[in-house]
Amino acid sequence: MGKLTIGCFASLIGSMNLDFAVKLSGAALEKGHKVDLWVSGNATMLSIEKQREFKDYSSLEKPLKELMEKGLKVTACEACAEARGYHKENTMEGVQRFSMDWYLASTFDADRVLHIGGE
Amino acid sequence: MATTKLGFVVQRPPYKSENPKLALTHAIASQSVEIYLEDGDLVTADIAFVGDGVLNCKKDQKALETYGLSSTESHIKMSLLLDLNVLVCKEDLEKFGMTENDIVIDAEEFGAEVEVKVVPFDEISKMMEEMNHLLFF
Repeated sequence: MGKLTIGCFASLIGSMNLDFAVKLSGAALEKGHKVDLWVSGNATMLSIEKQREFKDYSSLEKPLKELMEKGLKVTACEACAEARGYHKENTMEGVQRFSMDWYLASTFDADRVLHIGGE
Repeated sequence: MATTKLGFVVQRPPYKSENPKLALTHAIASQSVEIYLEDGDLVTADIAFVGDGVLNCKKDQKALETYGLSSTESHIKMSLLLDLNVLVCKEDLEKFGMTENDIVIDAEEFGAEVEVKVVPFDEISKMMEEMNHLLFF
């Protein structure tokens, strides 16, 4: 089985790119692949815990937690998060925070890198 | 010992979105990636500006004065200081009526030894073919 590194830079609210990235991560895990999901820029919004669910907005905390239990590794860009006021204290349990070199390191042994840019 | 080559392709104009700056900061992060890898393993970053992305290379940017932000120009200069390969599409520059004289070419004031290369798209295409992974910003 292979390793997929997904980098997503689009926001949780206002774009469906993160929804796609999380669904793709789930599909890859189901097939037995290893998946690293890197969120940077506005996509760090994904890492915040206790976001209120509304039917009109994407809410990915529940599926993300389920996928992390199945082995999905989610890492948020620490600088991008801090710049937006997303601190360690309100980061979802299981989500790591590292600097940008973590993403590049993840690509090192990835069989495929899917980079989903921001808005 | 192995090397993974990443190609950062910047297509978007500066200051309209965060993308070009994120491309440069991620590319610059290739310089510290070794802390996560085995001894001798490397991740390299090449950067190419194409389409509207060539506007990121305009020299004498006033981002600090206007927005209080570091400029995309300063990030390009930092990339040169770190010896990253920075390519700019010649044809796309010409579409904007721009030449090498209008863009940042070197970072001598920082002590950088490499320069931005203005090249035909064919050369950028060749660079892209040599990469293991491409990241479009």
